[in-house]
Amino acid sequence: MKGQIIGISGPTVTVNIPDLKLYDRVRLGLERLQGEVVHLSSGQARVQVYEDTRGLALGEPAEGMGRPLSAQLGPGLLTGIFDGLQRPLSRMAAAHGPFIRPGKLLSPLALDKSWQFTPDRAVGDTVVVGEVIGTIAEGSYFHPIHAALAGTLTMIASGPVVLKDPIALLTDGIKLFAHEEWPIRQPRPYREKLAPTVPLITGHRIIDFLFPLAKGGTAILPGGFGTGKTILEQSIAKFADVDVVVYAGCGERGNEMAEMLEEFSELADPWSGNRLMDRTILVANTSNMPVAAREASIYTAVTMAEYYRDMGCHVLLLADSISRWAEALREISSAMEEMPGEEGYPTYLASRLAGFFARAGVVETMSGKIGSLSIILSVSPPGGDFTEPATQACLRTSGAFLMLDTALAHRRHYPAINWFQSFSLYDADMVGYFEKEVSPAWNHNRQKCQALLQRDEQLREVAAIVGAEGLQDSDHLLLEVAERIRQDFLCQNSYSDDAFSTPELTAEKIHNIITWGEAAEKRLADGEDLAVILDKGKP
Amino acid sequence: MRLAEHQYKTISSIRSQLLMVEQVTAVRLGEVVRVIGPDGQSQEGEVLLIDGHTVLIQIFGECRGLDLKESTVIFTDAIKQAPLSPHMLNRVFNGSFLPIDGLPTPLPEKWVPVAGVPINPTSRARPEEFIETGFSAIDGLSTLVKGQKLPIFSCAGLPAKEIAAAILKNCTLTGADQGQKQAVVFVALGLSHYEYSFYIKTLTAIETNFVAFINLSSDPVVERLLAPRFGLTVAEYLAFEKDMDVLVVITDMTNYCDALREISTSREELPGRRGYPGYMYSDLASLFERAGRIKDQAGSVTMLPIVTMPEDDITHPIPDLTGYITEGQIVLSRDLHRQGIFPPIDVLPSLSRLMQQGIGKGRTRDDHRQIANRLYKYYAKGRDLRGLEAIVGRDGMSGSDRNILDFSETFEKEFVNQGASRRSISATLDAGLAILKRYGLEDT
Ligand SMILES: Nc1ncnc2c1ncn2[C@@H]1O[C@H](COP(=O)(O)OP(=O)(O)O)[C@@H](O)[C@H]1O
Ligand SMILES: [Mg+2]
Repeated sequence: MKGQIIGISGPTVTVNIPDLKLYDRVRLGLERLQGEVVHLSSGQARVQVYEDTRGLALGEPAEGMGRPLSAQLGPGLLTGIFDGLQRPLSRMAAAHGPFIRPGKLLSPLALDKSWQFTPDRAVGDTVVVGEVIGTIAEGSYFHPIHAALAGTLTMIASGPVVLKDPIALLTDGIKLFAHEEWPIRQPRPYREKLAPTVPLITGHRIIDFLFPLAKGGTAILPGGFGTGKTILEQSIAKFADVDVVVYAGCGERGNEMAEMLEEFSELADPWSGNRLMDRTILVANTSNMPVAAREASIYTAVTMAEYYRDMGCHVLLLADSISRWAEALREISSAMEEMPGEEGYPTYLASRLAGFFARAGVVETMSGKIGSLSIILSVSPPGGDFTEPATQACLRTSGAFLMLDTALAHRRHYPAINWFQSFSLYDADMVGYFEKEVSPAWNHNRQKCQALLQRDEQLREVAAIVGAEGLQDSDHLLLEVAERIRQDFLCQNSYSDDAFSTPELTAEKIHNIITWGEAAEKRLADGEDLAVILDKGKP
Repeated sequence: MRLAEHQYKTISSIRSQLLMVEQVTAVRLGEVVRVIGPDGQSQEGEVLLIDGHTVLIQIFGECRGLDLKESTVIFTDAIKQAPLSPHMLNRVFNGSFLPIDGLPTPLPEKWVPVAGVPINPTSRARPEEFIETGFSAIDGLSTLVKGQKLPIFSCAGLPAKEIAAAILKNCTLTGADQGQKQAVVFVALGLSHYEYSFYIKTLTAIETNFVAFINLSSDPVVERLLAPRFGLTVAEYLAFEKDMDVLVVITDMTNYCDALREISTSREELPGRRGYPGYMYSDLASLFERAGRIKDQAGSVTMLPIVTMPEDDITHPIPDLTGYITEGQIVLSRDLHRQGIFPPIDVLPSLSRLMQQGIGKGRTRDDHRQIANRLYKYYAKGRDLRGLEAIVGRDGMSGSDRNILDFSETFEKEFVNQGASRRSISATLDAGLAILKRYGLEDT
């Protein structure tokens, strides 16, 4: 399927290739830039181009590849860093130097790399589709290899294997490989979706205690610049109690991705003790990389995440920031001269986002395992204005809303999650788990904590009018308890040892503050002097 | 590659700085064109859009004098490139890279596309080497490091240019002992002649080598979009091919963004917030992300753009999008300026995201983080208390609150305020510590 370039407008190109299908992959120009069909009309197609279109010329060749944009899935994704098109950035740097130039292609997985394969089946065995035929040791993770087709094994490898060779043969010479391709815009299938019941532990007290997330759930972190979205996403990526983390830097800074790669290669996963990078996949399509690839990057990321979910893993996908994805969508839409909706975003923004969120969940996989995919997205509202379309579209579908507050950030109260505005819809379903597994006082202390913070706010409003001198001793005591909750419990500096808190430590910490407060209240009621209580009674 | 330039006399429309040319057979996006008017005057332009054989061209200069019948469009088959050579140092160019200092054009060693290509994130080296600007509010509390992009958010009428000049004069990117070379790339966008002479005087007075790109307010608007790209292409060349530590100062990014809006409007593109185009974030990122360091390379590109916040509003799209891309911001305050404090830096909204890496033992001083945290904490508290003071009066406040209020005032007058003097980092930290001690706040 060959044709020519007949028009170029920003990141979109018009071609006259016959018989294209929507979302088919297309190669363009002498540099063979990559693109994807996004609009078909008679005799011509609009292609969203994933690379810089500058220098592309009218009349240059264009070729349809006959299949949609896909991700390569197999051993070797973990520890990897890819761009939005799943190009392997580390190997690209080794091959082409420190700058990314258009057109250069390398296969996402290192197909020549040697892996240790341990077969579970033997020659002569009959296998069905999706059956596990063996495992490859992907670092510390035993990566199951599924049969893509059914038949009787006539050969099965053992010991060192490379991905480019078949791992097994079926009768009639049918080849089975240890890797596969999957179209990124098509959700991978599962048997059944289940309700999230288990919390996703983040190691952040304010989240785990006040706004718990769920494995298989979704959450958004909206906040203006400098409020701590990236630090929070990265720190959840470090501490979450999951098997696999996929982190997509979507239209953000290059330095942040470099730093993450470096840091995750050194730090240990607090749950398993393994190197953090061993469970992590990075997708880096930074703000200066092509916008069309930025649009695709979150789909590349979620496809890799689903792949590990399908092996029965608990997977967490984080993307920073979904607003940059929405802007990419807007840029492409406007280059195609589509009818704009609110603030120029295409009218399908909300449905696309909802479709993306829908890829989260707890599932029974095709092979009968239970896996989960949780999604946490940061949102960057322009001017900190939460009424704008991207934030609103996210709010409608996400399960938890952790609002980052500029005022708290300016006071260096981190994480700057506003405890009045934020919410988690998983809240009620998770309390039982924490009471059973962590502390029977979990819910009691939680209600107490919320009440204290509420009262604290009211008192501070009063104090702002009448002055602190106008308050009662009991009010002063309450302010002090609330201050301890804010400073010692809600605050967690990412650069300190306090950055990670297990649920047990979280429970203990709040319990100490609250019981101290209750004791102090009693002493005050018994007539003891407030100054004495505050001075001597510090826990 | 086409073998020869080819030309057309098929302009079908001219509107502001846009030309529509018909029946073009071979053309590339971004291709540089020359347009010759009936009077022989030549203009440069660039291909914006290709729709079949119709091509839309953006003219960089003036369209005055062009017509439909006689004017010729020449396609050069090349995209916009910068002529690079070490002889650019200590030269002054306009926004089209033509010398305006009366000297001849330096002979290029090579030509490089001005748009740049993204640095592979895995090749980036962590920016972590401290740069001393000489200002306590920056060095102490929002530390700048080599390879960082840290803008100054100013307001109309505040002394941003005096701060920039002092930094140009005082900042040391490299210890003299390291034998590393340092250079300044200065990009002026839409400046008045008065500001321009101020900066040229500053540049010629400093010891560091510089390259200047000057677009005055009377120069073509499109050149405002080109000048920073030339500047950054030069900076990358000096940093990554000539191993220099390069400081890029761009002023004023607000004029850049306004130029972007003006041109976007003339192209009839869909306007976004306040009329700025929807792609402004990506466009700004394509400039700012060119700052950085590369593994195993000696040079670096550090950026210090100046942004004037329209209506003093930090949520305006220009500072807002800038803040989303850069690694922090230094925010100036009208209030401090009124009190005669120089530099009038408000440390509360100011932030250096890369400070963590750049300070402490072996970089600045062991106690840097601790001093910075304390100064920040008590100053933030003091600023909160000022609200209360306004309501209940100082007498209605507790002794410890009054102490914090006094501390905050001293902090502004003695730590932030330093007039024309330059402070070394250890003088900065000593000053901070002394003020903390004076109010008994050094170890709580
Ligand atoms: N949990 C935290 N602990 C300590 N510092 C933090 C924390 N969160 C944010 N910060 C500070 O705030 C700065 C901005 O955070 P960042 O996550 O980059 O903001 P955003 O992504 O929202 O623009 C960081 O560089 C750091 O100095
Ligand atoms: Mg961020």
